[in-house]
Amino acid sequence: MSGKPKLHYFNGRGRMETIRWLLAAAGVEFEECFLETKDDLIKLQKDGSLMFQQLPMVEIDGMKMVQTRAILNYVAAKYNLYGKDLKERALIDMYVEALMDLNELLMSYPFQPADKKEQHFANMVDKATNRYFPVFEKVLKDHRQDFLVGNQFSRADVHLLEILLMAEEDKPGILAKFPLLQSFKARISNIPTIKKFLQPGSQRKSPVLEEDVPKVLKIFY
Amino acid sequence: MSGKPRLTYLNGRGRMEPVRWLLAAAGVEFEEIFLETREQYEKLIKDGVLMFQQVPLVEIDGMKMVQTRAILSYIAGKYNLYGKDLKERALIDMYVEGIADLMQMILMFPFSPPEAKEKNLDSIKERATNRYFPVFEKVLKQHGQDFLVGNKFSWADVQLIEAILAVEEKIPAVLSGFPQLQAFKVRMSNMPTIKKFLQPGSPRKPPPDERYIETVMKIFK
Repeated sequence: MSGKPKLHYFNGRGRMETIRWLLAAAGVEFEECFLETKDDLIKLQKDGSLMFQQLPMVEIDGMKMVQTRAILNYVAAKYNLYGKDLKERALIDMYVEALMDLNELLMSYPFQPADKKEQHFANMVDKATNRYFPVFEKVLKDHRQDFLVGNQFSRADVHLLEILLMAEEDKPGILAKFPLLQSFKARISNIPTIKKFLQPGSQRKSPVLEEDVPKVLKIFY
Repeated sequence: MSGKPRLTYLNGRGRMEPVRWLLAAAGVEFEEIFLETREQYEKLIKDGVLMFQQVPLVEIDGMKMVQTRAILSYIAGKYNLYGKDLKERALIDMYVEGIADLMQMILMFPFSPPEAKEKNLDSIKERATNRYFPVFEKVLKQHGQDFLVGNKFSWADVQLIEAILAVEEKIPAVLSGFPQLQAFKVRMSNMPTIKKFLQPGSPRKPPPDERYIETVMKIFK
């Protein structure tokens, strides 16, 4: 056994991408096992490897962890990216949970049926620019620190950067009214571990291509 | 100020009920403000009290906490219901997240259209009996202990008893194939703080009825 965490998912972003980001930001090397077909998923289910028959699954420290948030919480705490006390943790959790809500909108967009796509996109952009981004812009403005919580790099910063970049992929210029988020983006992108993850050839995954949508739907549904 | 946590939500279960359960199980008294009109909700938003314009809101220890999971994690951490170390925490998180997926189905059920209700009820039954309950039945059988994790009462136990009772309300015989869960249910129900919460007159809310559904539609549109 290599000792490195091993990620089981399909070769795409989905619910595993936030985990890849966090491990990479923490400077943790990891291996990946890609599922290609529904049969691959069925095999894992039959093996008893998936506690609730679902992915993501991450083998780490002798555990077969499932449930995205459980995995993220474990990795964040293990690598000291979860604040210094309960109150910082509370703040991080509030920010991260909101970002996960926005992530759900971004993540599900490619899979919307054609007649719902436009409305979904509008809702997504509206929530990003009116509900979520203003909060983080204000947090940064109020404390003028480099990081969201406790003047220290945490999972909240990693997650926010991930979301900012994904939102920009869908709507370039979406950060136009958020100067502090723009400088945050530049600053956090330059952190060595993250800079490395943002380079071609890293384990960061690309957005799902339109032609691959049916294949993904078939594996999971 | 009373020092007690103050919960702001509708007068019904919804996303606040797990918070009520956890505070009650921890023996923590709390106050509640009930949203009855759209105007009340809009005022909260205008006052800047809801970080992401959403409830639940829990005012606790000087914080205005939002995001259900952030609130639950804080309470669990504060009242020692989150395991003794990172690995116990990981297990608790996995269990709690799995149960949350099941509870989400129950949460959404009253809002499904009449023609979909039977199918959704079947899905709840299928998931409870084939995906979720077997996991916890097996956990309890394998270690033979009273509680799910670390031989100690935790958030996971509270979440599971809440889920068992919620599913039983819809599917009375759902525990018939699960002797360990039946014993667990009796055991948890008899813990003093939980026993008190299960008595009439406690802050526990009844299952959603027509009036509650109307209020939700009215306030959240």
